[in-house]
Amino acid sequence: MSASRIVLNEPQQHRFEINRAALVDPAIFAAEKERIFEHCWLYAGHESEVRAPGDFRTRTVCGRPILLCRDSKNELRVFLNTCRHRGTVVCREAQGNAERYTCFYHGWTYDRDGRLYAVPGQSAYPPSFDRTQLGLKEPPRVEAYRGFVFLNFDVDAVPLREYLGRAVEYIDLVLDQSPSGRMEVIHGTQEYDIRANWKLLVENSYDDYHLLTTHATWLDYLKSSGVEVKRPEKGHVLPSHGLGKDLGNGHGTTDNVNFRGRPVAAWIPIYGEAAKPELERIRAELVQRLGPERAKRVADTNRNLLIFPNLVLLDGSSVSVRSFQPLAPDRMRVRAWALGPVEETPLARQVRLDSFLTFYGPGGFATPDDIAALESVQEGLGTYKEVQWSPLTRGMAKEGEQLNTDEGHLRAFWIQWDRLMRAAA
Amino acid sequence: MNEIGRAAVEDFLYHEAALLDAWRLDEWLALLTDDATYRVPSNDQPESDPKAALFTIADDIRRIRARVERLKDPHAHAEFPRSRTRRLISNVRIVERSPLVVEANFVVYRYRANDDMRTYVGRYRYTLVSQGGALRIKAREAILDAMELASLGTVSFIL
Repeated sequence: MSASRIVLNEPQQHRFEINRAALVDPAIFAAEKERIFEHCWLYAGHESEVRAPGDFRTRTVCGRPILLCRDSKNELRVFLNTCRHRGTVVCREAQGNAERYTCFYHGWTYDRDGRLYAVPGQSAYPPSFDRTQLGLKEPPRVEAYRGFVFLNFDVDAVPLREYLGRAVEYIDLVLDQSPSGRMEVIHGTQEYDIRANWKLLVENSYDDYHLLTTHATWLDYLKSSGVEVKRPEKGHVLPSHGLGKDLGNGHGTTDNVNFRGRPVAAWIPIYGEAAKPELERIRAELVQRLGPERAKRVADTNRNLLIFPNLVLLDGSSVSVRSFQPLAPDRMRVRAWALGPVEETPLARQVRLDSFLTFYGPGGFATPDDIAALESVQEGLGTYKEVQWSPLTRGMAKEGEQLNTDEGHLRAFWIQWDRLMRAAA
Repeated sequence: MNEIGRAAVEDFLYHEAALLDAWRLDEWLALLTDDATYRVPSNDQPESDPKAALFTIADDIRRIRARVERLKDPHAHAEFPRSRTRRLISNVRIVERSPLVVEANFVVYRYRANDDMRTYVGRYRYTLVSQGGALRIKAREAILDAMELASLGTVSFIL
Protein backbone atom coordinates (compact mmCIF):
# COMPACT_ATOMS: atom_id res chain seq x y z
CA MET A 1 0.00 0.00 0.00
CA SER A 2 1.45 3.39 -0.91
CA ALA A 3 1.72 5.97 1.84
CA SER A 4 -0.38 8.43 -0.13
CA ARG A 5 -3.53 6.40 0.47
CA ILE A 6 -3.25 6.36 4.24
CA VAL A 7 -4.68 9.71 5.27
CA LEU A 8 -7.82 10.87 3.48
CA ASN A 9 -8.25 14.56 4.18
CA GLU A 10 -11.10 16.36 2.45
CA PRO A 11 -11.91 19.38 4.60
CA GLN A 12 -14.71 20.62 2.31
CA GLN A 13 -16.53 17.32 2.70
CA HIS A 14 -15.66 17.14 6.42
CA ARG A 15 -13.96 13.90 5.60
CA PHE A 16 -10.83 12.76 7.45
CA GLU A 17 -10.06 9.08 7.61
CA ILE A 18 -7.06 6.99 8.55
CA ASN A 19 -6.38 3.78 6.73
CA ARG A 20 -5.87 1.21 9.47
CA ALA A 21 -2.95 -0.33 7.58
CA ALA A 22 -0.93 2.57 9.06
CA LEU A 23 -1.14 0.78 12.40
CA VAL A 24 -0.48 -2.76 11.20
CA ASP A 25 1.44 -2.99 7.93
CA PRO A 26 5.17 -3.88 8.37
CA ALA A 27 6.05 -2.00 5.16
CA ILE A 28 4.55 1.20 6.53
CA PHE A 29 6.33 0.61 9.83
CA ALA A 30 9.64 0.30 8.01
CA ALA A 31 8.90 3.39 5.93
CA GLU A 32 8.06 5.56 8.92
CA LYS A 33 11.35 4.63 10.56
CA GLU A 34 13.13 5.94 7.46
CA ARG A 35 11.00 8.98 6.74
CA ILE A 36 10.00 10.13 10.22
CA PHE A 37 12.38 8.87 12.86
CA GLU A 38 15.50 9.47 10.74
CA HIS A 39 14.57 13.12 10.21
CA CYS A 40 12.74 14.36 13.32
CA TRP A 41 14.19 15.58 16.60
CA LEU A 42 13.96 12.72 19.07
CA TYR A 43 14.04 13.03 22.85
CA ALA A 44 17.25 11.60 24.31
CA GLY A 45 16.99 12.57 27.95
CA HIS A 46 17.11 15.38 30.47
CA GLU A 47 20.17 17.29 31.65
CA SER A 48 19.32 16.50 35.28
CA GLU A 49 19.83 12.79 34.70
CA VAL A 50 23.58 13.34 34.59
CA ARG A 51 25.07 15.96 36.89
CA ALA A 52 28.82 15.55 37.48
CA PRO A 53 31.77 14.84 35.15
CA GLY A 54 31.68 11.16 34.19
CA ASP A 55 27.99 10.64 35.03
CA PHE A 56 26.30 8.58 32.38
CA ARG A 57 22.99 6.98 31.40
CA THR A 58 22.53 4.51 28.59
CA ARG A 59 19.37 3.98 26.60
CA THR A 60 18.16 3.27 23.09
CA VAL A 61 16.77 5.93 20.78
CA CYS A 62 15.42 4.84 17.43
CA GLY A 63 17.34 1.57 17.58
CA ARG A 64 20.62 3.28 18.47
CA PRO A 65 22.22 2.57 21.82
CA ILE A 66 23.31 5.96 23.17
CA LEU A 67 25.36 7.24 26.04
CA LEU A 68 23.98 10.40 27.66
CA CYS A 69 26.82 11.72 29.78
CA ARG A 70 28.90 14.57 31.21
CA ASP A 71 32.39 15.07 29.78
CA SER A 72 35.54 16.19 31.60
CA LYS A 73 34.34 19.81 31.53
CA ASN A 74 30.90 18.73 32.78
CA GLU A 75 29.34 19.52 29.40
CA LEU A 76 26.40 17.34 28.49
CA ARG A 77 27.30 14.97 25.64
CA VAL A 78 25.59 12.24 23.68
CA PHE A 79 27.70 9.46 22.14
CA LEU A 80 26.65 6.53 20.04
CA ASN A 81 27.36 3.64 22.36
CA THR A 82 29.41 1.46 20.03
CA CYS A 83 33.08 0.62 19.98
CA ARG A 84 34.87 1.85 16.88
CA HIS A 85 36.73 -1.47 16.66
CA ARG A 86 34.09 -4.23 16.32
CA GLY A 87 30.92 -2.47 17.35
CA THR A 88 30.43 -3.68 20.92
CA VAL A 89 28.33 -1.58 23.22
CA VAL A 90 31.04 0.23 25.15
CA CYS A 91 29.06 1.07 28.28
CA ARG A 92 26.72 -1.72 29.37
CA GLU A 93 25.42 -0.31 32.64
CA ALA A 94 22.15 1.61 32.83
CA GLN A 95 23.66 4.46 34.82
CA GLY A 96 26.69 5.39 36.84
CA ASN A 97 29.90 7.38 36.80
CA ALA A 98 32.96 6.44 34.78
CA GLU A 99 36.50 7.74 34.55
CA ARG A 100 36.82 5.96 31.22
CA TYR A 101 34.70 3.66 29.08
CA THR A 102 36.46 0.39 28.33
CA CYS A 103 35.11 -2.00 25.77
CA PHE A 104 35.32 -5.43 27.38
CA TYR A 105 35.79 -7.27 24.08
CA HIS A 106 39.34 -6.20 23.08
CA GLY A 107 39.93 -3.48 25.63
CA TRP A 108 39.71 -0.30 23.57
CA THR A 109 39.27 2.48 26.07
CA TYR A 110 37.63 5.89 25.61
CA ASP A 111 37.85 8.88 27.91
CA ARG A 112 34.94 11.00 29.15
CA ASP A 113 35.27 13.25 26.12
CA GLY A 114 34.89 10.28 23.78
CA ARG A 115 38.54 10.23 22.67
CA LEU A 116 40.10 6.84 22.08
CA TYR A 117 42.49 6.76 25.02
CA ALA A 118 44.16 3.35 24.80
CA VAL A 119 44.32 0.41 22.39
CA PRO A 120 45.93 -2.82 23.64
CA GLY A 121 48.72 -3.96 21.35
CA GLN A 122 48.51 -0.86 19.20
CA SER A 123 51.92 -1.57 17.58
CA ALA A 124 50.39 -4.35 15.46
CA TYR A 125 48.30 -1.81 13.55
CA PRO A 126 49.84 -0.26 10.43
CA PRO A 127 51.27 3.27 10.62
CA SER A 128 48.04 4.64 9.10
CA PHE A 129 46.14 3.71 12.28
CA ASP A 130 45.11 7.04 13.78
CA ARG A 131 43.70 6.94 17.28
CA THR A 132 42.51 10.54 17.05
CA GLN A 133 40.12 9.53 14.27
CA LEU A 134 38.59 6.70 16.25
CA GLY A 135 36.82 8.38 19.14
CA LEU A 136 33.22 7.57 20.07
CA LYS A 137 30.92 8.96 17.40
CA GLU A 138 28.20 11.42 18.22
CA PRO A 139 24.76 11.54 16.60
CA PRO A 140 24.78 13.98 13.66
CA ARG A 141 22.90 16.59 15.70
CA VAL A 142 22.39 17.08 19.45
CA GLU A 143 20.58 20.14 20.78
CA ALA A 144 18.72 20.99 23.97
CA TYR A 145 15.86 23.21 24.95
CA ARG A 146 15.78 24.21 28.62
CA GLY A 147 17.13 20.90 29.87
CA PHE A 148 15.39 18.61 27.39
CA VAL A 149 18.03 16.99 25.19
CA PHE A 150 17.14 15.89 21.68
CA LEU A 151 19.08 14.31 18.88
CA ASN A 152 18.60 14.09 15.17
CA PHE A 153 20.07 11.61 12.70
CA ASP A 154 19.58 14.02 9.81
CA VAL A 155 22.53 16.39 9.60
CA ASP A 156 20.40 18.82 7.57
CA ALA A 157 17.55 19.04 10.07
CA VAL A 158 16.28 22.50 11.05
CA PRO A 159 17.53 23.71 14.45
CA LEU A 160 15.66 22.24 17.43
CA ARG A 161 14.22 25.59 18.51
CA GLU A 162 12.74 26.10 15.04
CA TYR A 163 11.43 22.52 15.00
CA LEU A 164 9.69 22.95 18.37
CA GLY A 165 8.07 26.16 17.12
CA ARG A 166 4.97 27.10 19.06
CA ALA A 167 5.30 24.06 21.34
CA VAL A 168 7.86 25.99 23.43
CA GLU A 169 5.04 28.14 24.81
CA TYR A 170 3.67 25.02 26.48
CA ILE A 171 7.05 23.65 27.55
CA ASP A 172 7.66 27.03 29.19
CA LEU A 173 4.33 26.79 31.02
CA VAL A 174 5.44 23.51 32.56
CA LEU A 175 8.85 24.90 33.52
CA ASP A 176 7.29 27.99 35.10
CA GLN A 177 6.32 25.72 38.00
CA SER A 178 9.90 26.10 39.17
CA PRO A 179 11.04 29.41 40.75
CA SER A 180 14.33 29.13 38.83
CA GLY A 181 12.70 27.72 35.70
CA ARG A 182 14.53 24.45 36.21
CA MET A 183 12.87 21.07 36.58
CA GLU A 184 14.60 17.76 37.27
CA VAL A 185 13.87 14.15 36.49
CA ILE A 186 13.10 12.37 39.77
CA HIS A 187 14.67 8.95 40.43
CA GLY A 188 12.67 5.97 39.22
CA THR A 189 11.87 5.04 35.63
CA GLN A 190 8.66 3.42 34.52
CA GLU A 191 9.67 1.38 31.50
CA TYR A 192 7.12 -0.93 29.98
CA ASP A 193 5.93 -2.30 26.66
CA ILE A 194 2.54 -1.84 25.10
CA ARG A 195 1.42 -4.37 22.51
CA ALA A 196 0.15 -1.70 20.19
CA ASN A 197 1.31 0.60 17.41
CA TRP A 198 3.16 3.66 18.73
CA LYS A 199 0.78 6.09 17.02
CA LEU A 200 -2.06 4.78 19.16
CA LEU A 201 -0.21 6.09 22.21
CA VAL A 202 0.31 9.42 20.44
CA GLU A 203 -3.45 9.73 20.02
CA ASN A 204 -4.27 8.41 23.48
CA SER A 205 -1.85 10.80 25.19
CA TYR A 206 -3.86 13.89 24.28
CA ASP A 207 -7.25 12.58 23.21
CA ASP A 208 -9.62 13.70 25.97
CA TYR A 209 -12.66 12.16 24.30
CA HIS A 210 -11.88 8.83 26.00
CA LEU A 211 -11.68 10.18 29.55
CA LEU A 212 -15.26 9.58 30.71
CA THR A 213 -15.48 6.03 29.45
CA THR A 214 -11.95 4.66 29.69
CA HIS A 215 -11.29 6.34 33.03
CA ALA A 216 -14.69 5.98 34.70
CA THR A 217 -13.16 4.29 37.75
CA TRP A 218 -10.56 7.04 38.11
CA LEU A 219 -13.28 9.68 38.06
CA ASP A 220 -15.19 7.66 40.67
CA TYR A 221 -12.06 7.60 42.81
CA LEU A 222 -11.68 11.38 42.55
CA LYS A 223 -15.34 11.94 43.39
CA SER A 224 -15.30 9.59 46.35
CA SER A 225 -12.20 11.32 47.68
CA GLY A 226 -13.97 14.66 47.78
CA VAL A 227 -13.10 16.27 44.44
CA GLU A 228 -16.02 18.16 42.99
CA VAL A 229 -16.61 16.89 39.47
CA LYS A 230 -19.06 19.31 37.90
CA ARG A 231 -21.51 18.66 35.11
CA PRO A 232 -20.06 19.62 31.74
CA GLU A 233 -20.86 22.97 30.13
CA LYS A 234 -23.11 22.87 27.10
CA GLY A 235 -21.27 21.35 24.14
CA HIS A 236 -18.54 19.90 26.34
CA VAL A 237 -18.03 16.28 27.29
CA LEU A 238 -15.80 16.82 30.31
CA PRO A 239 -16.50 18.57 33.59
CA SER A 240 -14.20 21.43 32.68
CA HIS A 241 -13.52 23.69 29.74
CA GLY A 242 -10.76 22.47 27.49
CA LEU A 243 -9.25 23.07 24.08
CA GLY A 244 -7.29 20.99 21.62
CA LYS A 245 -4.56 22.90 19.80
CA ASP A 246 -2.55 22.32 16.68
CA LEU A 247 0.89 23.83 17.41
CA GLY A 248 2.38 23.26 13.96
CA ASN A 249 5.01 20.75 12.74
CA GLY A 250 2.79 17.93 14.03
CA HIS A 251 2.97 19.10 17.64
CA GLY A 252 -0.26 19.60 19.56
CA THR A 253 -1.68 19.94 23.01
CA THR A 254 -4.74 19.96 25.15
CA ASP A 255 -5.22 23.16 27.11
CA ASN A 256 -7.68 22.54 29.92
CA VAL A 257 -9.09 24.21 32.98
CA ASN A 258 -8.03 22.01 35.86
CA PHE A 259 -10.54 20.09 37.95
CA ARG A 260 -8.37 17.25 39.18
CA GLY A 261 -5.87 18.66 41.68
CA ARG A 262 -2.30 19.57 40.81
CA PRO A 263 0.82 19.42 42.96
CA VAL A 264 1.58 22.90 41.66
CA ALA A 265 -0.80 24.72 43.93
CA ALA A 266 -4.21 23.13 43.31
CA TRP A 267 -4.96 21.20 46.50
CA ILE A 268 -7.46 18.35 46.67
CA PRO A 269 -8.33 16.25 49.76
CA ILE A 270 -6.24 13.29 48.50
CA TYR A 271 -3.12 15.37 49.25
CA GLY A 272 -4.00 15.54 52.96
CA GLU A 273 -4.52 18.53 55.27
CA ALA A 274 -0.82 18.70 56.11
CA ALA A 275 0.00 19.63 52.51
CA LYS A 276 -2.47 22.50 52.33
CA PRO A 277 -0.21 25.27 53.72
CA GLU A 278 2.64 24.07 51.47
CA LEU A 279 0.48 24.31 48.35
CA GLU A 280 -0.71 27.76 49.47
CA ARG A 281 2.93 28.80 49.81
CA ILE A 282 3.69 27.49 46.32
CA ARG A 283 0.69 29.41 44.97
CA ALA A 284 1.86 32.63 46.68
CA GLU A 285 5.32 32.23 45.18
CA LEU A 286 3.83 31.75 41.72
CA VAL A 287 1.69 34.88 42.04
CA GLN A 288 4.59 36.92 43.32
CA ARG A 289 6.96 35.76 40.59
CA LEU A 290 4.63 35.56 37.61
CA GLY A 291 1.69 37.81 38.47
CA PRO A 292 -1.83 36.56 39.18
CA GLU A 293 -2.75 35.78 35.58
CA ARG A 294 0.28 33.72 34.63
CA ALA A 295 0.17 32.01 38.04
CA LYS A 296 -3.37 30.91 37.33
CA ARG A 297 -2.30 29.70 33.91
CA VAL A 298 0.45 27.57 35.46
CA ALA A 299 -1.52 26.22 38.42
CA ASP A 300 -5.12 26.06 37.23
CA THR A 301 -4.76 24.79 33.68
CA ASN A 302 -3.31 21.48 32.60
CA ARG A 303 -1.97 20.24 29.31
CA ASN A 304 -0.93 17.06 27.57
CA LEU A 305 1.64 18.16 25.02
CA LEU A 306 2.82 16.05 22.10
CA ILE A 307 6.21 16.89 20.63
CA PHE A 308 6.16 15.16 17.26
CA PRO A 309 6.69 12.30 16.88
CA ASN A 310 7.17 10.43 20.18
CA LEU A 311 7.57 12.69 23.20
CA VAL A 312 4.73 13.65 25.50
CA LEU A 313 4.73 16.03 28.45
CA LEU A 314 1.80 15.24 30.68
CA ASP A 315 1.16 18.20 32.97
CA GLY A 316 -1.95 17.06 34.82
CA SER A 317 -2.11 15.17 38.11
CA SER A 318 1.67 15.61 38.17
CA VAL A 319 4.26 16.17 35.45
CA SER A 320 5.41 13.19 33.44
CA VAL A 321 7.89 12.98 30.61
CA ARG A 322 6.95 10.04 28.44
CA SER A 323 8.73 8.91 25.31
CA PHE A 324 8.14 5.75 23.38
CA GLN A 325 10.15 3.73 20.90
CA PRO A 326 8.43 1.72 18.18
CA LEU A 327 9.66 -1.89 18.35
CA ALA A 328 7.34 -3.53 15.83
CA PRO A 329 4.10 -2.51 14.10
CA ASP A 330 2.22 -3.82 17.13
CA ARG A 331 4.67 -3.10 19.91
CA MET A 332 6.38 -0.17 21.61
CA ARG A 333 8.61 0.45 24.61
CA VAL A 334 7.49 3.32 26.84
CA ARG A 335 9.78 5.18 29.23
CA ALA A 336 8.19 7.59 31.67
CA TRP A 337 9.64 9.77 34.38
CA ALA A 338 8.31 12.23 36.93
CA LEU A 339 9.54 15.80 36.61
CA GLY A 340 9.65 18.26 39.52
CA PRO A 341 11.03 21.74 40.31
CA VAL A 342 14.65 21.53 41.48
CA GLU A 343 13.90 23.62 44.58
CA GLU A 344 10.83 21.65 45.65
CA THR A 345 10.53 20.95 49.42
CA PRO A 346 10.42 17.29 50.55
CA LEU A 347 6.71 17.68 51.37
CA ALA A 348 5.85 19.14 47.95
CA ARG A 349 7.93 16.42 46.28
CA GLN A 350 6.04 13.78 48.22
CA VAL A 351 2.68 15.25 47.10
CA ARG A 352 3.92 15.39 43.50
CA LEU A 353 4.99 11.74 43.46
CA ASP A 354 1.88 10.54 45.26
CA SER A 355 -0.40 12.47 42.93
CA PHE A 356 1.48 11.01 39.95
CA LEU A 357 0.56 7.49 41.03
CA THR A 358 -3.16 8.24 41.35
CA PHE A 359 -3.36 8.44 37.57
CA TYR A 360 -0.16 7.64 35.71
CA GLY A 361 1.97 4.61 35.14
CA PRO A 362 1.71 0.84 34.95
CA GLY A 363 0.27 0.63 38.47
CA GLY A 364 -1.79 3.84 38.42
CA PHE A 365 -5.55 4.11 38.42
CA ALA A 366 -5.78 5.26 34.79
CA THR A 367 -2.78 4.36 32.59
CA PRO A 368 -3.40 0.58 32.78
CA ASP A 369 -6.86 1.17 31.32
CA ASP A 370 -5.34 3.25 28.51
CA ILE A 371 -2.95 0.40 27.80
CA ALA A 372 -5.86 -2.06 27.81
CA ALA A 373 -7.65 0.19 25.32
CA LEU A 374 -4.66 0.43 22.97
CA GLU A 375 -4.03 -3.31 23.09
CA SER A 376 -7.70 -3.92 22.43
CA VAL A 377 -7.52 -1.58 19.41
CA GLN A 378 -4.50 -3.45 18.09
CA GLU A 379 -6.31 -6.75 18.47
CA GLY A 380 -9.33 -5.32 16.64
CA LEU A 381 -7.07 -4.12 13.84
CA GLY A 382 -6.56 -7.73 12.83
CA THR A 383 -9.55 -6.90 10.65
CA TYR A 384 -7.76 -4.05 8.87
CA LYS A 385 -8.24 -5.54 5.42
CA GLU A 386 -12.00 -5.84 5.89
CA VAL A 387 -12.57 -2.75 8.02
CA GLN A 388 -10.19 -0.33 6.39
CA TRP A 389 -10.88 3.17 7.63
CA SER A 390 -11.18 5.00 10.95
CA PRO A 391 -12.92 8.40 11.01
CA LEU A 392 -11.10 11.25 12.76
CA THR A 393 -13.59 14.04 12.22
CA ARG A 394 -14.70 15.27 15.64
CA GLY A 395 -14.99 19.06 15.54
CA MET A 396 -14.34 19.18 11.81
CA ALA A 397 -17.52 21.03 10.89
CA LYS A 398 -16.91 23.63 13.58
CA GLU A 399 -15.70 27.19 13.10
CA GLY A 400 -13.02 28.47 15.46
CA GLU A 401 -11.77 26.68 18.55
CA GLN A 402 -11.39 22.93 18.72
CA LEU A 403 -12.21 21.35 22.05
CA ASN A 404 -9.98 18.87 23.86
CA THR A 405 -12.62 16.26 23.07
CA ASP A 406 -12.52 17.15 19.37
CA GLU A 407 -9.90 15.67 17.13
CA GLY A 408 -8.32 18.73 15.50
CA HIS A 409 -5.03 18.25 17.33
CA LEU A 410 -4.99 14.54 16.41
CA ARG A 411 -5.60 15.44 12.77
CA ALA A 412 -2.62 17.80 12.98
CA PHE A 413 -0.42 14.86 13.99
CA TRP A 414 -1.66 12.71 11.12
CA ILE A 415 -1.31 15.50 8.57
CA GLN A 416 2.34 15.94 9.53
CA TRP A 417 2.86 12.17 9.56
CA ASP A 418 1.36 11.97 6.07
CA ARG A 419 3.44 14.89 4.82
CA LEU A 420 6.68 13.25 5.95
CA MET A 421 5.66 9.82 4.69
CA ARG A 422 4.97 11.24 1.26
CA ALA A 423 8.17 13.31 1.08
CA ALA A 424 10.84 11.84 -1.18
CA ALA A 425 13.11 9.70 0.97
CA MET B 1 4.00 -11.36 71.69
CA ASN B 2 4.72 -15.09 71.67
CA GLU B 3 7.52 -16.11 69.38
CA ILE B 4 6.02 -16.53 65.91
CA GLY B 5 7.76 -19.18 63.86
CA ARG B 6 8.34 -19.53 60.16
CA ALA B 7 5.59 -22.12 59.76
CA ALA B 8 2.98 -19.68 61.10
CA VAL B 9 4.27 -16.98 58.77
CA GLU B 10 4.18 -19.35 55.81
CA ASP B 11 0.61 -20.40 56.61
CA PHE B 12 -0.33 -16.74 56.66
CA LEU B 13 1.41 -15.89 53.36
CA TYR B 14 -0.08 -18.94 51.62
CA HIS B 15 -3.52 -17.93 52.85
CA GLU B 16 -3.01 -14.40 51.54
CA ALA B 17 -1.80 -15.75 48.19
CA ALA B 18 -4.87 -17.98 47.90
CA LEU B 19 -7.18 -15.02 48.55
CA LEU B 20 -5.44 -12.87 45.94
CA ASP B 21 -5.41 -15.62 43.31
CA ALA B 22 -9.13 -16.15 43.93
CA TRP B 23 -9.81 -12.39 43.69
CA ARG B 24 -11.35 -12.52 47.19
CA LEU B 25 -10.22 -8.95 47.64
CA ASP B 26 -12.47 -7.90 50.52
CA GLU B 27 -11.17 -10.81 52.57
CA TRP B 28 -7.66 -9.81 51.59
CA LEU B 29 -8.32 -6.25 52.81
CA ALA B 30 -9.29 -7.70 56.17
CA LEU B 31 -5.72 -9.00 56.51
CA LEU B 32 -4.38 -5.43 56.49
CA THR B 33 -3.97 -3.07 59.42
CA ASP B 34 -5.67 0.33 59.30
CA ASP B 35 -2.35 1.97 58.48
CA ALA B 36 -1.10 -0.61 55.98
CA THR B 37 0.99 0.23 52.93
CA TYR B 38 1.43 -1.60 49.63
CA ARG B 39 4.36 -0.76 47.41
CA VAL B 40 5.97 -1.81 44.17
CA PRO B 41 9.16 0.19 43.52
CA SER B 42 10.26 1.17 40.03
CA ASN B 43 12.38 -1.63 38.62
CA ASP B 44 15.48 0.57 38.34
CA GLN B 45 15.19 1.86 41.93
CA PRO B 46 14.36 -1.27 43.93
CA GLU B 47 15.54 0.16 47.26
CA SER B 48 13.87 3.55 47.42
CA ASP B 49 11.54 5.72 49.40
CA PRO B 50 8.32 6.73 47.63
CA LYS B 51 8.63 10.20 49.16
CA ALA B 52 11.68 10.80 46.99
CA ALA B 53 11.50 8.35 44.07
CA LEU B 54 8.90 7.41 41.53
CA PHE B 55 7.35 4.02 42.29
CA THR B 56 5.05 1.84 40.24
CA ILE B 57 2.70 1.59 43.23
CA ALA B 58 2.93 3.34 46.60
CA ASP B 59 -0.46 3.02 48.30
CA ASP B 60 -1.47 3.98 51.78
CA ILE B 61 -4.46 2.16 53.24
CA ARG B 62 -6.87 4.67 51.71
CA ARG B 63 -5.56 4.03 48.24
CA ILE B 64 -5.33 0.28 48.80
CA ARG B 65 -9.04 0.31 49.57
CA ALA B 66 -9.72 2.51 46.53
CA ARG B 67 -7.62 0.11 44.43
CA VAL B 68 -9.73 -2.83 45.56
CA GLU B 69 -12.92 -0.85 44.94
CA ARG B 70 -11.66 -0.11 41.43
CA LEU B 71 -10.65 -3.69 40.72
CA LYS B 72 -14.11 -4.93 41.67
CA ASP B 73 -15.65 -2.58 39.09
CA PRO B 74 -16.03 -4.03 35.57
CA HIS B 75 -15.01 -0.57 34.30
CA ALA B 76 -11.46 -1.24 35.49
CA HIS B 77 -10.77 -2.26 31.91
CA ALA B 78 -7.20 -3.42 32.52
CA GLU B 79 -8.60 -6.19 34.73
CA PHE B 80 -11.82 -6.91 32.93
CA PRO B 81 -11.93 -9.72 32.12
CA ARG B 82 -9.76 -10.39 35.14
CA SER B 83 -6.28 -11.86 34.87
CA ARG B 84 -5.85 -15.33 36.21
CA THR B 85 -2.91 -15.42 38.54
CA ARG B 86 -1.08 -18.19 40.35
CA ARG B 87 1.51 -17.25 42.90
CA LEU B 88 4.23 -19.48 44.27
CA ILE B 89 5.90 -18.32 47.45
CA SER B 90 9.13 -19.78 48.77
CA ASN B 91 12.34 -19.06 50.68
CA VAL B 92 10.33 -17.51 53.49
CA ARG B 93 12.64 -15.94 56.06
CA ILE B 94 12.04 -14.00 59.24
CA VAL B 95 14.65 -11.27 58.92
CA GLU B 96 13.71 -9.15 61.93
CA ARG B 97 11.86 -9.96 65.12
CA SER B 98 10.74 -6.60 66.36
CA PRO B 99 8.98 -5.46 64.32
CA LEU B 100 8.35 -8.77 62.59
CA VAL B 101 9.85 -8.39 59.13
CA VAL B 102 9.51 -11.26 56.69
CA GLU B 103 10.98 -11.75 53.26
CA ALA B 104 9.96 -14.33 50.70
CA ASN B 105 10.57 -15.05 47.02
CA PHE B 106 7.65 -15.05 44.67
CA VAL B 107 6.73 -16.13 41.18
CA VAL B 108 3.39 -14.84 39.97
CA TYR B 109 2.11 -16.24 36.69
CA ARG B 110 -0.44 -14.04 35.00
CA TYR B 111 -2.70 -15.21 32.21
CA ARG B 112 -5.04 -13.12 30.11
CA ALA B 113 -7.15 -14.12 27.14
CA ASN B 114 -5.31 -14.15 23.80
CA ASP B 115 -2.09 -13.18 25.49
CA ASP B 116 1.19 -14.80 26.40
CA MET B 117 1.76 -15.81 29.98
CA ARG B 118 3.56 -13.12 31.94
CA THR B 119 5.84 -14.14 34.79
CA TYR B 120 6.46 -11.72 37.65
CA VAL B 121 9.46 -12.77 39.70
CA GLY B 122 10.77 -11.06 42.79
CA ARG B 123 10.87 -10.70 46.51
CA TYR B 124 8.21 -9.77 49.03
CA ARG B 125 9.05 -7.79 52.12
CA TYR B 126 6.38 -7.71 54.80
CA THR B 127 6.04 -6.06 58.15
CA LEU B 128 3.58 -8.16 60.12
CA VAL B 129 1.89 -7.46 63.43
CA SER B 130 -0.13 -9.66 65.71
CA GLN B 131 -3.61 -8.34 66.37
CA GLY B 132 -5.95 -10.30 68.63
CA GLY B 133 -3.89 -13.40 68.13
CA ALA B 134 -3.85 -13.18 64.33
CA LEU B 135 -1.18 -11.92 61.98
CA ARG B 136 -1.95 -8.74 60.07
CA ILE B 137 -0.05 -6.93 57.31
CA LYS B 138 1.28 -3.50 58.19
CA ALA B 139 3.58 -3.14 55.18
CA ARG B 140 3.79 -5.13 52.01
CA GLU B 141 6.35 -4.49 49.29
CA ALA B 142 6.77 -6.49 46.09
CA ILE B 143 10.22 -5.89 44.58
CA LEU B 144 10.49 -7.15 41.02
CA ASP B 145 13.72 -8.65 39.70
CA ALA B 146 13.13 -7.64 36.07
CA MET B 147 15.45 -4.78 35.06
CA GLU B 148 12.44 -3.00 33.62
CA LEU B 149 8.77 -3.97 33.42
CA ALA B 150 9.14 -4.32 29.64
CA SER B 151 7.02 -7.22 28.39
CA LEU B 152 5.34 -7.57 31.80
CA GLY B 153 3.46 -4.41 30.83
CA THR B 154 1.35 -3.35 33.77
CA VAL B 155 0.85 -4.18 37.42
CA SER B 156 -2.91 -3.74 37.27
CA PHE B 157 -3.70 -6.65 39.61
CA ILE B 158 -2.53 -6.90 43.24
CA LEU B 159 1.02 -8.25 42.88
